[in-house]
Amino acid sequence: MDFTPDPELSRFREDVRTWIRASLPEDIRRRAWRDYHVDRDGIRRWMQILHAKGWSAPHWPKAYGGPGWTAIQNFVFHEELRLAGAPVLDRGALELAGPVIYTFGTQEQKDRFLPGMLTGDVWWAQGFSEPGSGSDLVSLTTRADYDAQTDEYVVNGTKLWTSDAQHADMMFALVRTDPQAKPQKGISFLMIDLRSQGVERRPIYTIDEGLSVNQFFFDDVRVPASNLIGEPGKGWTYAKFLLTNERTMSAEVPHSERDMVQLERIARQARKNGRPLIEDPAFRLKLARLSVEVKALKWAVLRVLHAEHGDSRLDAVASVLKIRGAELRQRTAELSAEALGDHGVAVVHDPDSHDHFKEDGLAPDIIEDGYGITHKCMYRRTTTIYGGSNEIQRNIIAKAILGL
Amino acid sequence: MDFNLTTEQEALADSVRRLTERDYSFDRRRSIMDSEHGISADIWACMAELGWLGAGLSEEAGGFGGGAIENALIAEQLGRALVVEPFVANAVVGLQTLAALGEFEGRDRLVETIVSGQGKIVLAHNEADARGDTRHVETEARLQGQDWLITGAKSLVLGAPSADQILVSARTPEGVSLFLVDTGATGLTSNVYRLVDNSRVSDLRLEGVLGQLVGSEGGALAAIEAGIDHGIITLCSEAVGAMDTALFMTRDYLKTRKQFGQAIGDFQALQHRMADMLIELELARSLVFQGLSALVSPDVEVRRAGVSATKAFVSEAGLFVGRQSIQLHGGIGMTEEYAIGHYYRRLFVIAHLFGNADSHLARYGNLTWDH
Repeated sequence: MDFTPDPELSRFREDVRTWIRASLPEDIRRRAWRDYHVDRDGIRRWMQILHAKGWSAPHWPKAYGGPGWTAIQNFVFHEELRLAGAPVLDRGALELAGPVIYTFGTQEQKDRFLPGMLTGDVWWAQGFSEPGSGSDLVSLTTRADYDAQTDEYVVNGTKLWTSDAQHADMMFALVRTDPQAKPQKGISFLMIDLRSQGVERRPIYTIDEGLSVNQFFFDDVRVPASNLIGEPGKGWTYAKFLLTNERTMSAEVPHSERDMVQLERIARQARKNGRPLIEDPAFRLKLARLSVEVKALKWAVLRVLHAEHGDSRLDAVASVLKIRGAELRQRTAELSAEALGDHGVAVVHDPDSHDHFKEDGLAPDIIEDGYGITHKCMYRRTTTIYGGSNEIQRNIIAKAILGL
Repeated sequence: MDFNLTTEQEALADSVRRLTERDYSFDRRRSIMDSEHGISADIWACMAELGWLGAGLSEEAGGFGGGAIENALIAEQLGRALVVEPFVANAVVGLQTLAALGEFEGRDRLVETIVSGQGKIVLAHNEADARGDTRHVETEARLQGQDWLITGAKSLVLGAPSADQILVSARTPEGVSLFLVDTGATGLTSNVYRLVDNSRVSDLRLEGVLGQLVGSEGGALAAIEAGIDHGIITLCSEAVGAMDTALFMTRDYLKTRKQFGQAIGDFQALQHRMADMLIELELARSLVFQGLSALVSPDVEVRRAGVSATKAFVSEAGLFVGRQSIQLHGGIGMTEEYAIGHYYRRLFVIAHLFGNADSHLARYGNLTWDH
């Protein structure tokens, strides 16, 4: 055990920080700082800049177009991206679908799907949840029946809560290819072109008056069999792979660090009794508590990132990351709204943003860091629900770690 | 940064674990607690012989070449067995304060005294109104001829009842200074009492007590804070050892205790409570690593903020795990004869020592946002 600082890592941080801050266009930064909804064109432009540098898929292996960084370098890069105010990229493609394709896909599938992910030209949606299959995902019923005559799958069913899918070109979906098999064994991993005939999308507006999630309906949608990843019936295995593969991501530490920076800025600008709010002892205590918790989570992530591969003692750590990470994202947003005072309960979003269904009745004269906070606060209720709800995560801890 | 133990570190943790498992059963602990001084000379001699008392000090300073990591490893195991010996008071706070004072005449002998186990030397810095503020010193020392005479009061001095000499902090014209005081000195009254975890401490009254200045006059505060910060992280590691043991003791109980015809660990409400305890434990453990990293920072403010982050979180996490361990045990957890309650008692005391969560959150906030 040794905690002396690593000068090489500090240099790496300095290098990526300098490059990001010099390369991130101001309009993209500003939009991402003020609003969490996807700005498809801005992200595509930013992806092109990152791609030209070879950094658009930071955690991919070199062979598939990644920079070949260590896990800790990748973490530092993400911290610097968030702190610089860069927009979140297409995580469905880069963190979920991409790794499944380069790990389990054929050469033809890698050649066909990976380049569009690296350039940001093709946007991906995740098709896992269904109306009757949330926490009990394995009960999913969307069918993909093989048609031997055309070598195609015929998809029927519906997928729910598909994030940012109004921008998506493709969906990586879990579908049932064998209704006779045991629930886990009958599921396959299928790439569906969302421009196919028979695909219909219904936008779902959430409590933040925004559009982030959608429902998709599939009516005899024909998908080439060459779009099935790996072996039929192994979809559940691949899904579990991608969820554990990126387990440290679910802590969202770089996000919460960014939110703490924004919260501090709000607390310096907002005033109470003529003094900056950050000097108020009661508020300071809440801020300190939150900051300490973000630090705790960061060090839990560092433990996992530094672990030697396959160190089972760290399973316990990995499983706490999602729960606390999701809670902290909610709490940073809520304390930010509290810090804003009266404007913290008002409807104020960036006038240049879109994907809100109501544009009237906006509060005037908000401070720069206050845009979108209230909506973010509403929308963040989702973090403890998605990605395996926090209650499901506690079940996992109780069974897998504590043996109860 | 490397979270993996070296072979030497692994061996050190193993030796502490082996000794406590062999010689520090819950019954043995009870008989030690009930003895006249509430500690064991045999255990202390053993700790000295195995090199634990100097494990956290560099060789140049008279130790065995380790640092805060070694102390944390020892303390985590001591926490598992609820060892009541004054390890933190002597081998960490006392020793590290002396080491941080820099060179002064007689320092090597004092270090040797602690490391060899020949004598006990603890720091008396805390005062009743300080409430975790290390800068709060009302005790004063005045120069009379060649002699420094100390007047004031020190509160809850860890390890004082068994100490041979005490390092007393006092305000002098140049700032805060440290004085070596014999426990039999004229004018010194020591009121010994027990804390709720059964450790013995003293309140000291000093009325013109003769003290020998150690280190430079007025220059002791930085060394005291370094020693206390080191002690805080060690104590937090001890808390993690205690939390971990309490949690898994509770887990085992949930698997065996039956009600409504089934193991109560089958109930989801209790499973989720256990999951919440595990979350707090693992985040506490993570912050101990963070604290260890802060302790080697060359920037004193970074060190102090990092230490406060750890103490604030571990204090509350320890209380949470301690409380819930009793709750999930039900009635049996309330009994004196059963171990689980004693874990809570220790965690309850650790949460308070060297400043509670709120005082460290305040310090963390000031160090982070006042500039």
